[in-house]
Amino acid sequence: MLEFTILVPAVINGLLTGSIYALIALGLTLIYGVLHIINFAHGALLMLSLFGVYFLHSLAGIDPYVALLILVPAMFALGYGLQRTVIAHASHGKDENVLLVTLGIALIIENLALFFWRSDTRTIDVPYAFDVIDVGFAFLSVPRVAAFGAAFVVAGLLWVLMTRSDLGRAIRAVAKERHGARVVGIDVDHIFAMSYGIGTACVAAAACLLLPTFYVTPQVGNAFVLIAFTVVVLGGMGSFTGALVGGLLIGVVESLGGLFLGETLGQIGIFLVFIAVLLFRPTGLFGDRA
Amino acid sequence: MMAGRYTAIGITVAVLAALPLAVTSNEVMMFLILSLMFALLGQAWNILGGYAGQFSFGHAAFFGSGAYATATLQIHLGLNPWVAMVAAMAVGGLVGGLIGALSFRFRLRGSYFALITLAFAEVLRVVAHTSDFTGGGAGILIPLDERAANFQFESRDVFYYVILAMVAGSLVLTRALEDSRLGAWMLAIRENEDSARALGVDTFRVKLTAIILSGAMAASAGVFYTQIFLYLDPGIAYGVGFSVEALLVPIIGGMGTVFGPLVGSFVLHGVDEVTKELTGDAPGLNLALYGALLIVMLRFLPDGLMGLMGRLRRAAGRRQPQQAGRLKEAGDA
Repeated sequence: MLEFTILVPAVINGLLTGSIYALIALGLTLIYGVLHIINFAHGALLMLSLFGVYFLHSLAGIDPYVALLILVPAMFALGYGLQRTVIAHASHGKDENVLLVTLGIALIIENLALFFWRSDTRTIDVPYAFDVIDVGFAFLSVPRVAAFGAAFVVAGLLWVLMTRSDLGRAIRAVAKERHGARVVGIDVDHIFAMSYGIGTACVAAAACLLLPTFYVTPQVGNAFVLIAFTVVVLGGMGSFTGALVGGLLIGVVESLGGLFLGETLGQIGIFLVFIAVLLFRPTGLFGDRA
Repeated sequence: MMAGRYTAIGITVAVLAALPLAVTSNEVMMFLILSLMFALLGQAWNILGGYAGQFSFGHAAFFGSGAYATATLQIHLGLNPWVAMVAAMAVGGLVGGLIGALSFRFRLRGSYFALITLAFAEVLRVVAHTSDFTGGGAGILIPLDERAANFQFESRDVFYYVILAMVAGSLVLTRALEDSRLGAWMLAIRENEDSARALGVDTFRVKLTAIILSGAMAASAGVFYTQIFLYLDPGIAYGVGFSVEALLVPIIGGMGTVFGPLVGSFVLHGVDEVTKELTGDAPGLNLALYGALLIVMLRFLPDGLMGLMGRLRRAAGRRQPQQAGRLKEAGDA
């Protein structure tokens, strides 16, 4: 029987990690909901953002949290441009091709990063990296609690954007019925690019919150991308609530899996959840359509 | 007429068979051998993706299973490598059948199918990494014993003829598939699965057959890889690299064509060699180039180099169909 004092911190740690997964998955699920494709470049864009945070800190001395103000708009612009110039043109309107194009983008970004920055593991040194709060039954890392809170703030902002703004209404219209949206005068190509841009901006936010307690290598995206796929599939493709709940759930599953099964086999747990959900409930927990 | 459909294959194989006579350099020989190996792997993907329209992002699952099956059967059971090859192809077909049965039974398509194949390849990689049977993360080494009975040859030329024979087999099989009812059903599913089902095609069985064939063929490429390099580790055998090459080769050459993977593989690896010459052996640069090629091909030549050749041929003979059209108009009037 495991002690309460081991189990509770493991669950809390899982929730904290899960909030980052949720943030990454929010971007992925938005892109899926609107463009109906799985963005294979998501992990590579996360890696690129992490390098962005790293270089802003190491070259310009900019704090990761301040870097939010620079990276989020920058990655939004990159995502918007990618969709507008590369993905839209190369796919000829076929979903399979979009899939392949995003895979191509991932290959380019990842391997150029490997070429320019080599596979060294890099970390940044911030004074608050090891600050903890003692809540009695566990010690909580301050930057990770900040990331946890920020994930919810971002999710809230996205929710407001989607439900209260004209842009959000247009995005939802395109997601539901792109031809109908075009008929009523919505610039569908612009909305596609906006969605891809916002999805990429989520990744940038995740990168800024992640790096104070994490590291970056050119391959770091791979570790997150399958987890993000799992979260999105588990939560229901296109569902924001699903991404949030799914992210936290997967964080806990991973943490407990690592505790009971060891690091490598814990990974399998995530893949098995992924395969099982794909097979038995492809609509996920909160999805409404296959 | 039927025989005529195979002459192009005969000529191609004959030309390829004559190549070693002109090649003395070991590096060029290795280039030819690997290009043929990837043509075989690409053909495997092509059967499932190009003909049946099911895009797999995890063909490393089959390639790696074939590779590990042949290695472990030799090491742990002392099986002859040629026998192990047959068993490994059966294992590849079985892995294909299992993944196919699960994902097609639950009607996974498009993005979902791509994701689940990717996930299976990852699961197998982690399993191979943790299991002692497969040598774990350290990998598995096959003792050097260069005898023909042992599927190990001193001369690169013999390896070349072995892989050429395997590629020739895959070309004939694909051509036969094109002419068969199964092939026609696969095309029907690729073009419109719901219509195909409405017309009475047993889509589940057809897709399952396609993935079993594809899995066994990819496994045979994995077997060849194992025999020539005599070393495997999970990151290589089940790595993303093979999954990407498997789909890139037919996409560049032309999906759903017999010669697409062969053409694509030689072009891809030719470009790869040229960049290596120009830039030195820089890590990552070749895969970045693959990504760029993938996007450029999809953007400008979505039906690949074979499609381009077909279009050029049609452009050259355009006069005739136009005349036929005019005659038809005259007839209608």
